[in-house]
Amino acid sequence: MSATTTDSRESIFARIREALTNPATPHHRAVHPENVAPESTLKQWLPAVGSTLDEQIALFAENCVALKAEFKACSSLDEAVAHINQLAADNQWTKIATHHSELTDAVASKLSTAIYHADETYDKLVLETCNAGLTGCEALVSQTGSVCITPHASGGRSLSILPPHHIVIARRSQIVADLPATYALIKERYSASGYPSFISFSTGPSRTGDIERILVLGAHGPKRLTVLLIP
Amino acid sequence: MIAPKKLFKRDVVQNTADVPRRAFVRNALRGYEAKRDENKAKFLDWQSARDVASEIKFEGINHLDKYLKQFAQNAEARGTKVFFASTAAQARDYIVNLAREKNVKSIIKSKTMTSEEIHLNDALEKEGFGVVESDLGEFIQQLRKEPPYHFVFPCMHLKRDEISSLFHDKLGSEPTNSPEELTMIARRFLRQKYIQADMGISGANFLVAETGMISITENEGNARLTTSLPKIHVAIVGIEKVLPKLEDLALFLPMLGTAGCGQELTGYNTQIGGPRQPGETDGPEEFHIVLLDNNRTALLADAEQRDALHCIRCGACLNVCPVFKNVGGHTYGTTYAGPIGSVITPHLRGLQDWKHLSGASSLCGACSEACPVKIDIHHHLLQNRRNAAAEKPVWWEKALWIGFAFLMRRPFLYYLMTKAAPFGQFFHPLIKATALDPFLAWTHSRECPASATTTFKDYWKQHKKQKDAASV
Ligand code: SF4
Repeated sequence: MSATTTDSRESIFARIREALTNPATPHHRAVHPENVAPESTLKQWLPAVGSTLDEQIALFAENCVALKAEFKACSSLDEAVAHINQLAADNQWTKIATHHSELTDAVASKLSTAIYHADETYDKLVLETCNAGLTGCEALVSQTGSVCITPHASGGRSLSILPPHHIVIARRSQIVADLPATYALIKERYSASGYPSFISFSTGPSRTGDIERILVLGAHGPKRLTVLLIP
Repeated sequence: MIAPKKLFKRDVVQNTADVPRRAFVRNALRGYEAKRDENKAKFLDWQSARDVASEIKFEGINHLDKYLKQFAQNAEARGTKVFFASTAAQARDYIVNLAREKNVKSIIKSKTMTSEEIHLNDALEKEGFGVVESDLGEFIQQLRKEPPYHFVFPCMHLKRDEISSLFHDKLGSEPTNSPEELTMIARRFLRQKYIQADMGISGANFLVAETGMISITENEGNARLTTSLPKIHVAIVGIEKVLPKLEDLALFLPMLGTAGCGQELTGYNTQIGGPRQPGETDGPEEFHIVLLDNNRTALLADAEQRDALHCIRCGACLNVCPVFKNVGGHTYGTTYAGPIGSVITPHLRGLQDWKHLSGASSLCGACSEACPVKIDIHHHLLQNRRNAAAEKPVWWEKALWIGFAFLMRRPFLYYLMTKAAPFGQFFHPLIKATALDPFLAWTHSRECPASATTTFKDYWKQHKKQKDAASV
């Protein structure tokens, strides 16, 4: 490698230490005295979320409407299957991609559309031709209407972003109140065993406002997002 | 090369004359403002949230060595390659070499201002690598061969018919005036690029020290595709982006969405903590993070303005700035435009060459008010002015102040001047707005208010006389 591509780690750290010998002007630390131990108390500044599960589901549903995502609370797994079959029929789907998990397997086995399993080795060209991606999720965040996705809960990185319609299947117990609670959950699940290489919050379908600040759905990712909640 | 200040002055004249464009930009920002306020109101306490965010950033920046070290260690433990670059050239060389070494054929990029800062695309293209921007706004700007106009809304200055004819010329698409159809033209074109690309380049909004993850905020899903499909992912990030803890994101992600786009949370917020791990289905085989200094440590050394490194590049200060709204993003001539650009560019690229940006402000303070991390932006503009003058005094400014002081200490002279002013103004039209006019900078586009014909002193004398007469 040429001389310029040797790492400057040491010199950068030396410059940082040198710069920090001069303490920052105190004026810029003039924050409200009650706000000094932030991490455990973030909740109190963020948007409000109800404390019961029903309230949280209602807020999630409300957020989905605002985000132009589809949300359906189903009374059974079969109702969720029927909903997907209806979507497939209405839109003439020929192939749905999914991954193996208890919930997705249970749904996929009952679907009337052909299934492509994007597990282990899959062909991204085939995945690209699938009409929808069906995945599980790590959690549903009531506060923001987001679906939290990880490789453990939702298959690979591409499955939830490449097909034009993302369908999420989740249990009621997967509803989490807010973002601090979601990160706490992720820490609890993975801090000991090792974090997944990928954690993502999908909030509504893919969108852009780049042309005249006018909202258009389906910029690069899914044009539609459907969240199906089962007991 | 024309001096930055000269260019700035030239472009200001040109761009402020484009009144319809100014109205168009202002109008686009009005929609943003309404959405932002709606989402700010959802916060239980937005002002305290700003306090907390500023506090967290303060902790990160003032212990940057500790957190950066922790970040690098945690990232490397998961198989990420972390490269520290002191200069733009070093960062460019690293990425170009990597592309060469891995025999890369095509590169897809998601939005990253840091790569604009180091002119990465030019460097890659010069070496024969094709690079495609995937963010819709950046893609449009790339086709126009123009830098982004705004660092969150890259092509906010363009109207749909301009974009339509651009696509028609460059991509051969049918003209249309529907934003939806235009978006779909870009979607179709870029889809294939994602599939083909063997290197994806992204930026990052945050570095999480505790877990060695980067966090990317976006709306379109292009960053997700860029970081999922190609076999090599390179993220280029400024060293100041550290957050100490993972849960800090629970505050910063909604604040960034709200301040930046008027959304409680943007479409996709993704944390990436390494290449594909054992047991995972997909993801890049290699993940490189290039951490860039490029004079950020010089700004860090300025204890007074260190908090400018707290910036999360939300763009809120641009959106509320009366100067930005009138002169537009390109006039600044810098990667980072608007109020925060005016603060940091003199530190990153030289005070004397860029001090004029700190002068181009009415110091109204709208920027500081809007900033989610409470950077004292408008005071920093004043400090830059002070520092520039102290470092290299301007002779005529000094002379002016000496003259002013002389006058103000001599009441009689001052009195004479005020008496003479109306006469001067009477004859002013003879030379008004010509090269002879000493007030040309003002008068070529504005009217001077008429100066009073009675001085206050005379008025007061008169007033007292009348009062005394009345009380007798
Ligand atoms: S200075 Fe503040 S308002 Fe401006 S871009 Fe940075 S974080 Fe946003």
